[in-house]
Amino acid sequence: MSKPKSAYSIPGKKQKSDTHIIVVWVDNEAGVLARVVGLFSGRGYNIESLAVAKVDQKLNISRITIVTTGTPQVIEQIKLQLGKLVPVHKVADFMRGDKKIIFKEMALLKIVGNNIKRNKAIKFCKKFNPVVLDKTNKSLVIQITALRREIDTIMNDLKKTGLVSVSRTGAVAMTRGAEIFK
Amino acid sequence: MSKLYSGAEIVFKCLEDQDVECIFGYPGGAVLPIYDELKNHESIKHILVRHEQGAGHAAEGYARSSGKPGIVLVTSGPGATNAVTALTDAYMDSIPLVCISGQVPTHLIGTDAFQECDTTGITRPCTKHNWLVKDIKDLSKIIHKAFEVATTGRPGPVLVDIPKDIQFQKTKYVNSIKRKKLNGKIHNKFNQGEIDQLVKLMVNSSRPILYTGGGVINSGPKASELLRELVSLTGFPITSTLQGLGSYPGDDNQFLGMLGMHGTYEANNAMHDCDLMINIGARFDDRITGKIDEFSPKSKKVHIDIDPSSINKNVKVDLPIVGDVSEVMLSVIKTLKKKNPNFASSNKEKTSKWWEKISKWRSVNSLNFINSDQTIKPQHAIQRLYELTKDKDTYITTEVGQHQMWAAQHYKFNKPNRWMTSGGLGTMGYGLPAAVGVQIAHPDKLVVDIAGEASVLMTIQEMSTAVQYNLPIKIFILNNEYMGMVRQWQELLHEKNYSESYTAALPDFVKLAEAYGCVGIRAKTPDELDEKIKEMINVNKPVIFDCLVDKEENCFPMIPSGKPHNQMLLGPNDQKENKITGKGKTLV
Ligand SMILES: Cc1ncc(C[n+]2csc(CCOP(=O)(O)OP(=O)(O)O)c2C)c(N)n1
Ligand SMILES: [Mg+2]
Repeated sequence: MSKPKSAYSIPGKKQKSDTHIIVVWVDNEAGVLARVVGLFSGRGYNIESLAVAKVDQKLNISRITIVTTGTPQVIEQIKLQLGKLVPVHKVADFMRGDKKIIFKEMALLKIVGNNIKRNKAIKFCKKFNPVVLDKTNKSLVIQITALRREIDTIMNDLKKTGLVSVSRTGAVAMTRGAEIFK
Repeated sequence: MSKLYSGAEIVFKCLEDQDVECIFGYPGGAVLPIYDELKNHESIKHILVRHEQGAGHAAEGYARSSGKPGIVLVTSGPGATNAVTALTDAYMDSIPLVCISGQVPTHLIGTDAFQECDTTGITRPCTKHNWLVKDIKDLSKIIHKAFEVATTGRPGPVLVDIPKDIQFQKTKYVNSIKRKKLNGKIHNKFNQGEIDQLVKLMVNSSRPILYTGGGVINSGPKASELLRELVSLTGFPITSTLQGLGSYPGDDNQFLGMLGMHGTYEANNAMHDCDLMINIGARFDDRITGKIDEFSPKSKKVHIDIDPSSINKNVKVDLPIVGDVSEVMLSVIKTLKKKNPNFASSNKEKTSKWWEKISKWRSVNSLNFINSDQTIKPQHAIQRLYELTKDKDTYITTEVGQHQMWAAQHYKFNKPNRWMTSGGLGTMGYGLPAAVGVQIAHPDKLVVDIAGEASVLMTIQEMSTAVQYNLPIKIFILNNEYMGMVRQWQELLHEKNYSESYTAALPDFVKLAEAYGCVGIRAKTPDELDEKIKEMINVNKPVIFDCLVDKEENCFPMIPSGKPHNQMLLGPNDQKENKITGKGKTLV
């Protein structure tokens, strides 16, 4: 690669990236999601998935769960930059593999096909708490909750059984045991 | 029942309660109710600028030179978008600004109404926080909160967008100023353990250096005093970033000059070879560090900063201390005095070899240049300006380019808040309106904008503002007819292909001055320079000073980007300069 004639330095060595789940508690006010998302896009951080909803009616607080990848330095910056936003109350961060944390993502899967295919589809989903939300003699809507990777896999499996549409939430997270996020 | 006030009245009640003395603004449809109310508030002076960018930079100049937040008032749409450059500039350099913008009436928001734009959307990434006021009941609370956010922690700009209907509506006024200067976003949590660790590092170091930045200025005049005490107590050498100049006397023997891309040989080499680097309120910017992988390889690094996100962002440090630099320095001084009462003397021996090395670097005299008796050398012009104004408590602003770097190198600042320059964003056109703001804050002081002929044309219209308010600012143009900094890079990196860096058809600056109703002065030769500078100082009117300088002078020393600190290019006096060929050249 030829060296660019740049007013800036050339990039140094890159560290290894890891996937992290970042949980942010924010005031549920206009523009707050844009601030959080804008911080990610503006600083070149990536967002793998995002889940947001109000969790405290009285204090008007929303909880945002963001799955992202980055080097340790980048993850540290993300947390500190988020912490500086005025409507942000607290920020927590976990590695994807952290055993003390439960991560879950929900998916709605629509299957169109004959009886055999539909039954097969339910069987594939067995491990992931399948709930049949809608049923006709041609179709099924199945709800499952699982890890992101598991849902990726099952979507692949279900291709054979007539999967026509998928809707997924982003991942949400919760600590195991009596502890709560600090 | 308590009195009801209109939104426009509430804006002024808030400004009065915040002790605001002046606002920089420009009217328009969406702020007319506020302008209508202006006449009822005598304690607040409005400065009518000629472009909203000028209002923003003027407010920055006011804020930097006074330590108080700068206030900007603009209309919706183009008024707000014109202010964006100044807001971004203030964001990058941590300057407290409160910008109030008008917005179309609430019921028209989202309809692409006349002069509507998504002001809070556009300014979100260039403010610490911004608000769209949707309910008159929130107005006073939001404005007071805006002041709090702008001025506490690491300072910065904020914006409050007020729809026109809200300016007319009425409600009660609540003064909700927080006297306690604390919000959830301020981090002053350092502990004695960290201070003890720092003192231990200081005691054990034989090659220490203090590297100080704009944080020392932002922390207030007390910080500069404490810094001076710390330096004299420790006997350590000190260098400063562009933004930190003035927090420590520029003519003191322990001061190594500015560091970084155009910093001195001694400052950069000391940064590279030190064993202990204490960063006080600076941010390891890429113009400072050069090549990150080879930045100061042998040192333990300590970083004192109020913004935790500044720490470990660019450079990994060994001891981070999050806090207001004044308070941290105070603790360090106290601890040092208590634990090592004769530190200075014991330290002298320990660092004597280090100081010898520094003297050697100093003797290179890296700011030297070949003077001429035919043409005015730009460095010489700054040196003369300095000599002729140093006894006057002069305030200096700059534009962006070579002249800015020469000003930083050759003008010696002895006090904080005397030096206003756009560092982070590097905004050409900053200096003239900034000088307007400085002169408003300090009516009796000498205020000089050290300018380039290209930069100054970006906001030259503010001369009209200076004339209107009798602000005797001096625009000292180092006129090389080139975008000199661009030309220098083209010379060094792009085979002297001077693509579009020459400005043909420059105006006659003397006539331009006269057209604005101020005084124009031109200096052509070194012989007449002093006389003309004196003439400029003695005129009690705004002056445009057209100083015709060498057109092809380059700014040295220089660390080419992508190079570590110990590989600097020195000026034409030094042979090394001839070696910038091949690989080194492409890396700049
Ligand atoms: C608004 C803006 N546009 C472009 C630049 C890029 N730039 C940096 S320095 C410079 C040339 C400045 O020329 P002049 O004001 O004459 O100063 P000199 O370098 O000649 O002293 C330019 C174009 C900038 N910093 N700001
Ligand atoms: Mg020029």
